[in-house]
Amino acid sequence: MNIVVLVKQVPDTWSERKLTDADHTLDRESADAVLDEINERAVEEALLLKEAHGGEVTVIAMGPGRATDAIRKALSMGADKAVHVSDDALHGSDVIATAKVLAKAIGTVEGFDLVIAGNEATDGRAGAIPAILAEILGLPQVTQLRKVTVEGTTVKGERETEEGVAHLEASLPAIVSVTEKINEPRYPSFKGIMAAKKKPVTTLTVADLGVDAGEVGLGGAWSGVIEASPKPPRSAGQRIDDEGVGGSKIAEYLVGQKLI
Amino acid sequence: MASTILSRRDLEFLLYEWLDVTALTSRERFREHSRETFDAVLELSAEIATEHFAPHNKKADANEPVMLPDGTVEVVDEVARALKVFADAGLTAAQFDEEIGGMQLPAVLARASMCWFQAANAGTSSYPLLTVGNANLLVEYGTPEQVDQWVRPMLEGRFFGTMCLSETGAGSSLADITTRALPRDDGTYRVSGTKMWISGGDHGLSENIVHLVLAKVPGGGPGVKGISLLVVPKFLADGTRNDVTLVGLNHKMGNRGTTNTVLAFGDGTHPVDGEPGAVGYLVGERHRGLAYMFHMMNEARVGVGFLATALGYTGYLKAVEYAKSRTQGRPPAAKDPAARPVRLIEHADVRRMLLAQKSYVEGALALGLYCSLLIDEQETAATDDDRERAGVLLDVLTPIAKSWPAQWCLEANSLAIQVHGGYGYTRDYDVEQLYRDNRLNQIHEGTHGIQGLDLLGRKVVADGGAGLRLLVDTIGATVARAETGGPDLVEYATAVAAATRRLVDVTKILWSAGDPTTTLANSSVYLEATGHVVVAWMWLEQLLAVGAKEGAFYDGKRQAARYFLRYELPRTTAQFDLLASLDRTTLDTEPDWF
Repeated sequence: MNIVVLVKQVPDTWSERKLTDADHTLDRESADAVLDEINERAVEEALLLKEAHGGEVTVIAMGPGRATDAIRKALSMGADKAVHVSDDALHGSDVIATAKVLAKAIGTVEGFDLVIAGNEATDGRAGAIPAILAEILGLPQVTQLRKVTVEGTTVKGERETEEGVAHLEASLPAIVSVTEKINEPRYPSFKGIMAAKKKPVTTLTVADLGVDAGEVGLGGAWSGVIEASPKPPRSAGQRIDDEGVGGSKIAEYLVGQKLI
Repeated sequence: MASTILSRRDLEFLLYEWLDVTALTSRERFREHSRETFDAVLELSAEIATEHFAPHNKKADANEPVMLPDGTVEVVDEVARALKVFADAGLTAAQFDEEIGGMQLPAVLARASMCWFQAANAGTSSYPLLTVGNANLLVEYGTPEQVDQWVRPMLEGRFFGTMCLSETGAGSSLADITTRALPRDDGTYRVSGTKMWISGGDHGLSENIVHLVLAKVPGGGPGVKGISLLVVPKFLADGTRNDVTLVGLNHKMGNRGTTNTVLAFGDGTHPVDGEPGAVGYLVGERHRGLAYMFHMMNEARVGVGFLATALGYTGYLKAVEYAKSRTQGRPPAAKDPAARPVRLIEHADVRRMLLAQKSYVEGALALGLYCSLLIDEQETAATDDDRERAGVLLDVLTPIAKSWPAQWCLEANSLAIQVHGGYGYTRDYDVEQLYRDNRLNQIHEGTHGIQGLDLLGRKVVADGGAGLRLLVDTIGATVARAETGGPDLVEYATAVAAATRRLVDVTKILWSAGDPTTTLANSSVYLEATGHVVVAWMWLEQLLAVGAKEGAFYDGKRQAARYFLRYELPRTTAQFDLLASLDRTTLDTEPDWF
């Protein structure tokens, strides 16, 4: 089976992340860039499915030039090839524009059976791409899964919620998104790193995909950040000296904060 | 939050901005590599070290290996898991030839990669380090069959390796070993004797343990001339237990995650074919064992320097983090006792201690990587001349690359404890363990004293002093480049040039003493002084690589260089004065005066 995995390069969650003053988009220079951890799990799931059913894994990323590092990591883990959509016109794209572009990019992968995405990226955190993609491509979506299996032409999955576990299935081709509980991703091996150098990466622009540059980027965005400011520093705590009634005072404080 | 294991930024500076290791990819051996593969290996190493080695560092220290009543060894579970991840990633094989399953990574990158594991967990990192050293020796001197049988499984991470040199009565003096190997008609040998301080000597972490054993085969003459090298596996090829038995574990100050053993070879506990004697296979020719072992000694000693550096480096990063978060005291000029306390790092003396650590650990890392690049140059440089020069320079630098980090990065660990104050002396923080782990490095692979004798007694006078001449010329070339720079560079270049001239003069004076006893009486002082001159040169090299670049990272480099050249290099004046006086205090002291 042919599997497409959507991957994204994000600022490392250990770094200080911020938006630029100029247009309130992500300040990519301020933080180390890494392959989003949830995408490592998505790649892992694709590799497990490939190991079980055969086929090919293609990773697709949309991002600036340096996103190749994230793509290389996915290829080092074992993915077979990649499509990298990179175009200055994409700077500032919102989720709708991103989904439009990704849908076109997925269309370049011949005969795909399954698209796997993370449930949400650690930077944007919209969590909407899989659903929008399903709408654009006219495919079933099975999202927020902690377990994925494929039987014949059916994909089955488990979605865990506070109420319980939902067992879902859809016919292929389909789009699934996975949560942190799906698996533990493998490390790339040294052999994988060397092999990744020779794996094909197709770089495409919006024009190559037949997307109108006016529909994407900051100009084409349906939503925008008007203003951003850092969260205020933590204020000094309230000190309670225990003179025999410390416990009660703490309880009063918690009640006052509506915490208990 | 940046890692407190190692600094990726500093490694990148040293590897790419200073040593330009990417240039190696134009050589045939490394042509499959690129900056991308180098970066990916370093990133992979950082990830595995952070996620699988660092987390059990304290646990393995607190729960040292135990010998069970059945004679087996129990090690905390996390060690085996970490080593499996390490081997599965292909890191054991990194430096080896493709044809035996390796990746032909340059030595300088392999060392940088291993440094992550050494900094994260000295104890656990020792198993693959020993295995790589063992495999290196077999690849160099073993038969193709021995490589297939023992090296391949080691590179796959299924077998681990050891080096069995010392005995209870013979450590630094290998001429006195008593382990014997007697030849059999079928070409094998039977080995008997007791070996001491064998790291990784027994455990259940791998399918088999491949011991490389120094033993005397009859007919080889007295002393070191009779020593041969043999492969003695714990299990023979058909799975039979060989007559190698764990006698006991040594209980150490640090590095407790590594089992350290006393091993009995051939005492009849596990007879083979009904007879006592551990089955061994000769490596190379008879009676050349010590020469083979010493051929690999440069790399092993540079490796010990890296372990010391890694432990000093991680302690320094932890001290910086602590000094930036802990508040204590007020500035000397503050008048209001109710003013908020300042961060430790605001105090000048704390900054002095941090600068000292920075100058030691970054200087040592530079020296280790420089020597590792010489290993690559020695093997792959374009001309015979270049390869030979790299070998000569590596020879003379090796005792320093081993002993200088072992001494000064331990001092860095001591200062890291000092920055933490009383907390640093407790086991709630990491730095006390780092100090204990690091203390070993002045002892193993040739003690500090042995390194001093090696440098002054052998390396600087070998081939009519060719090694020292080449070192002085190489330093001179750096000085010449620096003399055309700004005022700071000129000041430092002048200081390094003066110290280098003094080194040459003092070496001449020492060797004109007329008897080697006087010449070598203070060889450890000579080793320390020469080490400081060499590391001052390393700082001058780093300053040249910094150039006019801007930003906190580069300013930090400038300041650490300034610290080293103003606070540290002047120490050598007193040391050289003492040496030049041919002082006999130690020689004139009678044993019964103590």
